[in-house]
Amino acid sequence: MREVAVIAFGQTPNRRRELALNEAEMLAPVVAEMLKGVGLSRTDVDFTCSGSSDWIAGYSFSWVTAMDALGAWPPIIESHVEGEAAWALYEAWVKMLVHEELEVALVYGFGRQSMSSPREVMAMMNDPYLETPLWPDTISQAALQARALLDAELCTERDFAEIAARNLRHAESNPLAQLSGQPDPAELLEEPTIASPLRKHDCPPITDGACAILLAAGDRARALCKRPAWIRGLAHRIDVQALGRRDLTRSQSARLAAEAAGAIGGKVDIAELHAPFTPQDWILQRELEIPESTVINPSGGIHQGNPMMGTGLVRFGEVAVRIINGEADRGVAHGTQGPCLQQNIVGVLEGE
Amino acid sequence: MSESQKPVTNISTPVAMHYNYSIGAGMSTFMRAIKEGKLLGVRCPDTGKVYVPPRLTSVETASPMSELVELSDKGVVYTYCIVNIRFYDQVLEIPYAYAYIVLDGADSAIMHLVQECPIEEMRPGMRVQAVWKDSSEWTESMENIQYFKPTGEPDMPIETIMDEIRRKSHA
Amino acid sequence: MANRCAVIGIGQTKYTDKRKDVNHVGLVREACKRALEDARLSWKDIDALVIGKAPDTIEGVICPELYMAEGLGMVGKPLFRVHTAGSVGGATAIVGTELIRAGLHDKVLVLGWQKQSDSDITWALSPNLPFNPPLMAGAGGFFAPHFREYIRRSGAPDHVGIKVVVKDRRHALKNPYAHLHQPTVCFEEIRDTMMLWDPLRFGETCPSSDGACAMVLTSEKFADHGSARPAWVHATEMRSEPTFMPGRDEVNPRAGRDCAAALYKRAGITNPRKDFDCAEIYVAFSWFEPMLAETLGFAEPGEGWKLSDSGATSLDEGGDIPWNCSGGVLSSNPIGASGTVRFAEAAIQVRGQGGERQVDGAQLALAHALGGASQFFAMWIVGSEKP
Repeated sequence: MREVAVIAFGQTPNRRRELALNEAEMLAPVVAEMLKGVGLSRTDVDFTCSGSSDWIAGYSFSWVTAMDALGAWPPIIESHVEGEAAWALYEAWVKMLVHEELEVALVYGFGRQSMSSPREVMAMMNDPYLETPLWPDTISQAALQARALLDAELCTERDFAEIAARNLRHAESNPLAQLSGQPDPAELLEEPTIASPLRKHDCPPITDGACAILLAAGDRARALCKRPAWIRGLAHRIDVQALGRRDLTRSQSARLAAEAAGAIGGKVDIAELHAPFTPQDWILQRELEIPESTVINPSGGIHQGNPMMGTGLVRFGEVAVRIINGEADRGVAHGTQGPCLQQNIVGVLEGE
Repeated sequence: MSESQKPVTNISTPVAMHYNYSIGAGMSTFMRAIKEGKLLGVRCPDTGKVYVPPRLTSVETASPMSELVELSDKGVVYTYCIVNIRFYDQVLEIPYAYAYIVLDGADSAIMHLVQECPIEEMRPGMRVQAVWKDSSEWTESMENIQYFKPTGEPDMPIETIMDEIRRKSHA
Repeated sequence: MANRCAVIGIGQTKYTDKRKDVNHVGLVREACKRALEDARLSWKDIDALVIGKAPDTIEGVICPELYMAEGLGMVGKPLFRVHTAGSVGGATAIVGTELIRAGLHDKVLVLGWQKQSDSDITWALSPNLPFNPPLMAGAGGFFAPHFREYIRRSGAPDHVGIKVVVKDRRHALKNPYAHLHQPTVCFEEIRDTMMLWDPLRFGETCPSSDGACAMVLTSEKFADHGSARPAWVHATEMRSEPTFMPGRDEVNPRAGRDCAAALYKRAGITNPRKDFDCAEIYVAFSWFEPMLAETLGFAEPGEGWKLSDSGATSLDEGGDIPWNCSGGVLSSNPIGASGTVRFAEAAIQVRGQGGERQVDGAQLALAHALGGASQFFAMWIVGSEKP
């Protein structure tokens, strides 16, 4: 199988609101800087793929204008995934496995959640006949999952707070992070709940942001990057959506994806888990069998930002850069979409 | 079958979502200028093409663009369409024409209404001029220009103009 | 060296303006079940599903494939969603071929669908963004000025668009799945329909349809498993070009020319008109046929209208290069599926499954899907011989 690696990653600072720039304008400098960093020009990109959602952007065909910002002339080979950009990475990887002439690929994602009410909008990601008319917002759904964990006595609210505290602490060293700090979990627990048992620290921030990754194959990757982060395994799986039809204390599809990607067992120096809500972080640690010694979410995880539809891609980027700069040898990256960890993608990245 | 036994064949869920759009820095520049009655474009440093409305980066080369160019509110019709059908929320009287107009000094075409022109006289190459609302009504909107109307000047060779624009591309 | 990929099962729903009898899952399962039956496989045999659909504003659900995972038999399996505007049906099939060719999976279900009756299609396609005066309303209004420019450039007589429609609608009469079945369709009937966006008449526009189209793609190992001989994928190609490039030529887009040239090079095609037995091309409005004939190399620039005018693209008239024997997009248009339908109908031809719309002895067929402002191109070539 052809070797494909992540050779670069870039993102905007994660901000509550980016009013001055539109999505394309946010993305363009990130891509330009990333290409410059590896000495490539836009014409060196053989394939481009993005992930985004028309409903988050607030209009149909919303990703098209982003392409205009990237200098798509002469015409490019380009595709788009409706949803989380980590799946756009999957499409790019698959295409590079098949087409030898594709040596460099650009993958990007963006989301400007400040434009609307994410809780409201994301309620549209449900069964339109039976569920959406009840307006099940993402926080309430995640709260049901948290409640299931508490009722099964698998977790305590303190566990959730500790996950938040860990993310925030790690985010302190991330200049692009939206949230950071050194809170005492006990203090976090004194905050009121938003949707019991979830508190503000258990929930993702509302973020405007854009991110991009460069992939390269084989010797081209070695020529462009001193230590490429090789994709040793990449797989995705999906669970049934309806919350009442699955065990909410589990994410079977995360486990299956991890198994198929070869992420379980072996050395895991770092893991970036796309857990929009802290209880989901706990579930993922269990499903992916993350070893005790692994540093989880060195970037700050969800607390560094939630540029929705790009957040999963950021996880891959954050693992990759730490391999590229020698901080880690082998890492696991995870992305998710769908309520309560319904669909999951897991990748294993490794340096030579 | 009684009412309660008839199968449910559809449900209607009204949805209203509110979005606060940001038009971005490029369009903001354009809108601030049009509020003052000015039409601004920006020049691509690689091809020399003038984009209207302005953008931060060239669509062809991705180079940042910063050289603002003030444009005339006169231009040439590239191609056009006559609308004969009424659509919801449409306020215009039918038939009406809208056209792609290449403003003098610009390379991209803008789309706008053409009025005060008998439909059968609409043609490519026709010189047109913006008809503005009263300046007291100007806001950050393309609608400060109500429509374009023929100037009566001789037609221009739009095919040649377009070929010249296309020749500026590097690839 | 990539693996070979075969199409061994194809299933479609009868395209219609409103499928009131099924919900989303019911609609797509209908197509999938037919494709599985054709492939002589069951749901559990499928390794992965690639699903394509155009804007989610049409059905009012964000990523509906997620809630449909169970109904699609994909729980515990990989499900992947593509959205590249109108070309999505084709782009989806291409991703499906790549999963096979990469050796990741042996049996992949590819599905394109759209349930346009769920909302207001005109709104969903062109929601009026603030800062832009609402001028054109509807896709036809966007393309009409470019058709006018084509007519001016080529000197094409006005009647050509009408002839294309009559041809496609007559083809549709032979396709039980087509949305529009107009037994009396003739030149005068189309000519006398209302002029909507001059030069485009109502009769020259595609319908708005509900529908789904599915294909089962397999590796070589399972190529003979279907109920008919396989259609082998010879080549695939995609290209995109930007929207706002000054001087952009929407009439003969470079992305289309580049896509076709690259595709033909891969498959050793030197003369599309002669080398292909038939073609399924995304013609949503009449004038796209002569324009795309030029863009895709079937005719010299300025001469595309002659191809349509001469009857060369008509199955009924014994044309040498029938286009859209299925009736094409002009006869059925569930946007997310239409690209898949083109790809599937090309495969139907080389598998000999075309029934009354079959081109005798078809062995090599071209399919094309188009999206956005004539800017997204997805194409494939399928043949009855192994590549």
